[in-house]
Amino acid sequence: MIRVQETNRTSGGEDGIHSRRSAGQSAPARDTEVLPDSADVLAGPEDDLTPEQLAAQWEEEKPPAAGPLANAASSLVVLGIGVGSLVLSVAMGLGTPEAPQPGLWPFLVSCVMVALALFQLVAGRHNRDAEKFTRMSMAPVTGLVTLAAMVSLMPVIGFELPALVMCIVWMRFLGGETWRSTLLVSAVVVVSFYGIFVLALNTSIPHLF
Amino acid sequence: MDFLNPVLNGFVVVLEPMNLLYCLIGVVIGMLIGVLPGLGPAATIAILLPLTYNVEPVTAIIMLAGIFYGAQYGGTITSVLLRLPGEASSVVTVFDGYQMAKQGKAGTALGLASIGSFIGGTASIVGLTFLAPIVASFALDFGPAEYSALALLGILLVATISNGAKTKALIAAAFGLLLATVGRDIFTGESRFTFGSLELADGIDFVPIAMGIFGLGEILYNLEERHRAAKAPSTVTNVWPSRKDLSQASGAIGRGSVLGFFLGILPGGGATIASMASYAMEKKRAKQPERFGKGAPEGVAGPETANNAAATSSFIPLLTLGIPANATMALMFGALLIQGVTPGPQLVEQDPGLFWGVVNSMYIGNILLLIMSLPLVGVFVKILRVRAAILAPVTALITLLGAYTINNSMFDVTLVVVFGIVGYLMKKFGFEPGPLVLAFVLGSLLESSLRRSLLVFGGDPTGFFSRPISATLLAVFVLVAVLPGLRSLLAKRRAATADPATTKIKETV
Repeated sequence: MIRVQETNRTSGGEDGIHSRRSAGQSAPARDTEVLPDSADVLAGPEDDLTPEQLAAQWEEEKPPAAGPLANAASSLVVLGIGVGSLVLSVAMGLGTPEAPQPGLWPFLVSCVMVALALFQLVAGRHNRDAEKFTRMSMAPVTGLVTLAAMVSLMPVIGFELPALVMCIVWMRFLGGETWRSTLLVSAVVVVSFYGIFVLALNTSIPHLF
Repeated sequence: MDFLNPVLNGFVVVLEPMNLLYCLIGVVIGMLIGVLPGLGPAATIAILLPLTYNVEPVTAIIMLAGIFYGAQYGGTITSVLLRLPGEASSVVTVFDGYQMAKQGKAGTALGLASIGSFIGGTASIVGLTFLAPIVASFALDFGPAEYSALALLGILLVATISNGAKTKALIAAAFGLLLATVGRDIFTGESRFTFGSLELADGIDFVPIAMGIFGLGEILYNLEERHRAAKAPSTVTNVWPSRKDLSQASGAIGRGSVLGFFLGILPGGGATIASMASYAMEKKRAKQPERFGKGAPEGVAGPETANNAAATSSFIPLLTLGIPANATMALMFGALLIQGVTPGPQLVEQDPGLFWGVVNSMYIGNILLLIMSLPLVGVFVKILRVRAAILAPVTALITLLGAYTINNSMFDVTLVVVFGIVGYLMKKFGFEPGPLVLAFVLGSLLESSLRRSLLVFGGDPTGFFSRPISATLLAVFVLVAVLPGLRSLLAKRRAATADPATTKIKETV
């Protein structure tokens, strides 16, 4: 089974799609290419996966799992939030069940949270449900930076230019589009958003033009 | 006939041009995002929440509901053609649907799935029509004690049935409850967790949380995984299944409808679980189970029917009890609250136009979807060529600008980005975002009914067990909370006693 999966990875998804294309049509006359046939041979082992193997393959394609450190870190963050809100709720006053003060309900919830965090800290040591931060994680970070820049610049210079920059960064650098399509699509997107939000809906979104 | 009058009046509501238009918009959007891998229905509904501010409540919910069940239709297309499930509820369709496509029967698989979806959805609406008023009239006597117990049970079930780590899902739910307490305490008027911020004094709005955690969080998360470029087949022919295929799949469609309907009602259930249960059931019932995974029509028809039936019937707990059964329904709940409508047992009596308008719009929506997925399937297959790299910035922009339009405030936009970070990190660290949003929506209801019932009981928590319904619900709550721990303990003990035997088997294998 392991060998089957390795061939899958090397043969990649593209070949499978070609064979799908040829198989998906019952009237092949017009669209038949030479390529699908050879692709069919290549993609053979991938296409014959049983559901179990397919599930295993999806499992393998998932991002790598993070180690025990991730569990400890996330549990400690939760613990911190829980303890923090616990202290704040006690400060608000608990009261009695028949005459509760504002802090009673948050106090109860914080207690549950602290208990769950402690349980997770110990019992979740060997769980592998967190994902590792890899080089790919730079993409969301970059995305976030552009979003944050947009939020801070929008009140100052309107939404058009920050939105254009954001589109260009996301399409060219995060999505790997060509410069041509990036510039073209970005411009179309910003113009149409201007049309929808400013001209058509007449909203008060800060805009430059 | 008295019973049927409001039902028929509901059709009058649906047939208003505005409502028909929004129904069409909803199902088309649902179909599109179902076809495109990446954004799910919950994220889409969250992102589009600002659109619903300026329309009538019934129109808004008709559109959002259309997105939800439309996505169930659309998710099938990528599962069958590309072996990429468009939605979580279409994962099992991949197993047999793609094999059918390989055998040249892609059209048949898609046709069977659409017809099954249509039958399952429609059967579920009929069931909803008759069951919902009964549940609502039963729940009319519910007091604060019953509501506290129901909300607690609902949150627990959604957290524990969701896939992924249960403790983490519960932590997410607790965090949602805490977020709901931010702002003014409704009983004493004191500020809680506002840290002196004026913007937080009125509490955090539901929309920025939903848009951030479901919408932006998912967009950011998707940036990280590179979707394989999906090359769509240019045409799909022969979508009309033959009579033989239909008769082979008819049993599966019938069973899927019933199974999906009941699994959809249960809190924590819903489309994904229904499709998986249906696949397992069909495989178990089949005379030649080895056909499954090799292109068995039942393996497509059953799950696709079940997920649509479940998507429809999960409206029952929301519209009759005011308790959302899953994360998407929590969004509907929030959307209704924005419109000033509190879903609950009174809804069907007090606002029959809204109730039956939404329910009956699903007939229309299902017919529209059937049309779109049989003759027009080729159009949607073409959509697959839109690349994720282009879609991501567009959805992110819609989210940010949409968030601004809610209150014309940059504070909301900032909140969306902050909760986007929270949502992304939660996904990274294995915390389900669904329970957080659900608990947030139910938080104030839970707190106020808990405090009210404690007032009634004179501060005695055992009072909850003096009322039969709340006692039963709490007993189930305890059972659900304790059962997994008990089961793993038993399994451990059994493993310890049976250890020598298992090692022996392993050796021989």
